[in-house]
Amino acid sequence: MQADEVNLKKRAESAAGKKATFGEDFELERFEEGSRISKPIEDLQTLDEESKRTLLQVGVVPSEEGRSGSLLVLDNTVSHSSLKDKNVELMSTRKALQKYEWLKDYSWKLVAVDTDKYTAKTYLEDADGYFVRVPAGKKSALPVQTCLLLGRDRVFQTVHNIVIVEEGASLDIITGCTAKKEVEEGLHLGISEMYVKKGATLNFTMIHNWAEQIGVRPRTVIHVEEGGTYVSNYICLKPVRSVQTYPTVKLEGKGAVTRLNTIAIAHPGSELDLGSRAIFNAPGTKAELISRTITIGGRIVARGEMIGNAKGAKGHLECKGLVLTDKGSQLAIPILEANVDDVELTHEAAVGKIAKDQVEYLMARGLTEDEAVGLIVRGFLDVGIRGIPEELRNEIENTIAQTAFGM
Amino acid sequence: MPYSNFRCSHAILNSLWRRRFLLNFPDDGQKVEGNRIKNEIKGEMSMLEIEDLTVEVDGKTLLHDVNLEVKKGYTNVLFGPNGAGKSALMRTIMGFSEYKVVKGRILFNGEDITSLPVDERARRGLGIMMQRPPDMSGIRLRDLIKVVSKGKKDPEALAENLNMNRFLDRDVNVGFSGGEIKRSELLQLAAQNPALYLLDEPESGVDLVSIEQVGLTIKGLLEEGIACPGESCIRGKSALIITHTGQVLDYVTADRGYILCNGTIKCSGNPLKMLEEIKSKGYEECLECKLMK
Repeated sequence: MQADEVNLKKRAESAAGKKATFGEDFELERFEEGSRISKPIEDLQTLDEESKRTLLQVGVVPSEEGRSGSLLVLDNTVSHSSLKDKNVELMSTRKALQKYEWLKDYSWKLVAVDTDKYTAKTYLEDADGYFVRVPAGKKSALPVQTCLLLGRDRVFQTVHNIVIVEEGASLDIITGCTAKKEVEEGLHLGISEMYVKKGATLNFTMIHNWAEQIGVRPRTVIHVEEGGTYVSNYICLKPVRSVQTYPTVKLEGKGAVTRLNTIAIAHPGSELDLGSRAIFNAPGTKAELISRTITIGGRIVARGEMIGNAKGAKGHLECKGLVLTDKGSQLAIPILEANVDDVELTHEAAVGKIAKDQVEYLMARGLTEDEAVGLIVRGFLDVGIRGIPEELRNEIENTIAQTAFGM
Repeated sequence: MPYSNFRCSHAILNSLWRRRFLLNFPDDGQKVEGNRIKNEIKGEMSMLEIEDLTVEVDGKTLLHDVNLEVKKGYTNVLFGPNGAGKSALMRTIMGFSEYKVVKGRILFNGEDITSLPVDERARRGLGIMMQRPPDMSGIRLRDLIKVVSKGKKDPEALAENLNMNRFLDRDVNVGFSGGEIKRSELLQLAAQNPALYLLDEPESGVDLVSIEQVGLTIKGLLEEGIACPGESCIRGKSALIITHTGQVLDYVTADRGYILCNGTIKCSGNPLKMLEEIKSKGYEECLECKLMK
């Protein structure tokens, strides 16, 4: 074992009991380790109808039509990986680490193993996950889809993903995180480290669709170089016990840009602690953090943080939260920090009910109250996913239409 | 005495009332006449009747004992100084919940709609153009047009008339100028196709070039599908229009004017004559009106 690995292991072990800063604390011992062996799935279409539906609901297409590649992690095993596009590399993280000696310089370099017990656990479990890379100047014509699926009740899943978009390259990823129907309780720990190199673009869309007793702890850090663009869309519209996440984008090169969109609905019993953080470490960097959340009985904490460390940094943070019942709650916590002059960071936060004048305005056009509220809610969420590629948006809008109206 | 001019509609009513007796004669020759008159009388049917209406907002009385009528096929005009309660009256007719009716009633096509919710009124044929509609963030004008017309009308074609095509993909009212709001409201009304148009200052904030467009659009909406003069009395659209400048009256023929002052209707009559008087004398006399007690 090499020195830095020994060091990482030590750090992870020391953090094995370290509670996360935010969110409910999950006792890892209460869950069994998800299976590391499962039969490979050659073709996603051979899955049972129920599972296929589950995948579709999070934007993962079993026929793989319209996708350049697919990778499925079932519990703790990569059980399917297929690729159609030669401009992309897609494989399990473990395989990639074996194949590329240099990949260790990317692994556990953005997310610290000792961030909390969840990162520590993921490291100590030697978690597998997806590795996606687009070589310099290449572009994947269609999105790559990955699916993180909990297949058994009361297990924990640990995933470690690495995404590298090389210089001038471009990539779209759709990640669907979900659980099979029979899974009621579980824990998902997901580490994602993403590198967007000079002039490269990464569009990352993540759709969560868990179950009422599942805890979710993603840990994500993105490194964006000069002129690079990182766009993230996070969508969580179905019941879940607790999601706590605070993806951080480090804008390390001149003119790097990021936009993080979050749209979420908190159902009764759900706690969603959703943050976005942008750190401006290079001149002329830009960020937009948009959060649109609705509670219909659950609790939402919408955090947003922008730290301006370089001149010419410009960022806007927007947290808007609708409270549709008396039982739900919304807490918006915007944080702005400027550590040099010539930084322009702004925020706009609003929580509360749907404005009555808006509802009646639509009713005056002949819509019923329910129709008016539905249109306003859909529009409210829609603002959170504007500016993303159209085909992706259509899919997300479908998801919204399916879920938001079943609430 | 300018008010004598405003009484002309009463004369018409009286003559109609008298002619109604003709129907009672069982003479064949008069039956033909009778049918014609029947239609005429039908044409004089009320679309909107407001009786002794008193309205409060947050416990404050904004309108009191308002009486007003709009007949089928008629375009009536509501004049009055700023703060008189004109918009409040229009919004009360539409049924916005902020406006509490504490006395009186509103009839639409003979039905008491005083306690009906906004959408029920819209479905019965009321449509409003608001002065300051709320920003509808996230709702594209195109999508709203589709929903309002129940998918029956093509947003592009409707927008063409109002030169609004480039606004179809914008969020309704968000960042719209005064004139753009008017055109967007008209576009929505065109999709909605109401029987009674409540137009709150359709010309305010509209530049001179667009005024013609707005005026002609309103005229077009009111005359839509009308083949002959008689038809407008039977199937025609009605309108109640608030105007300060009267510019809209260059495009639509107004039948009757009302002056609303200090929360109540002071008088009614020939709208163009009223406008003339208002332009030359202002509302000072109205504020101290001795006619209404």
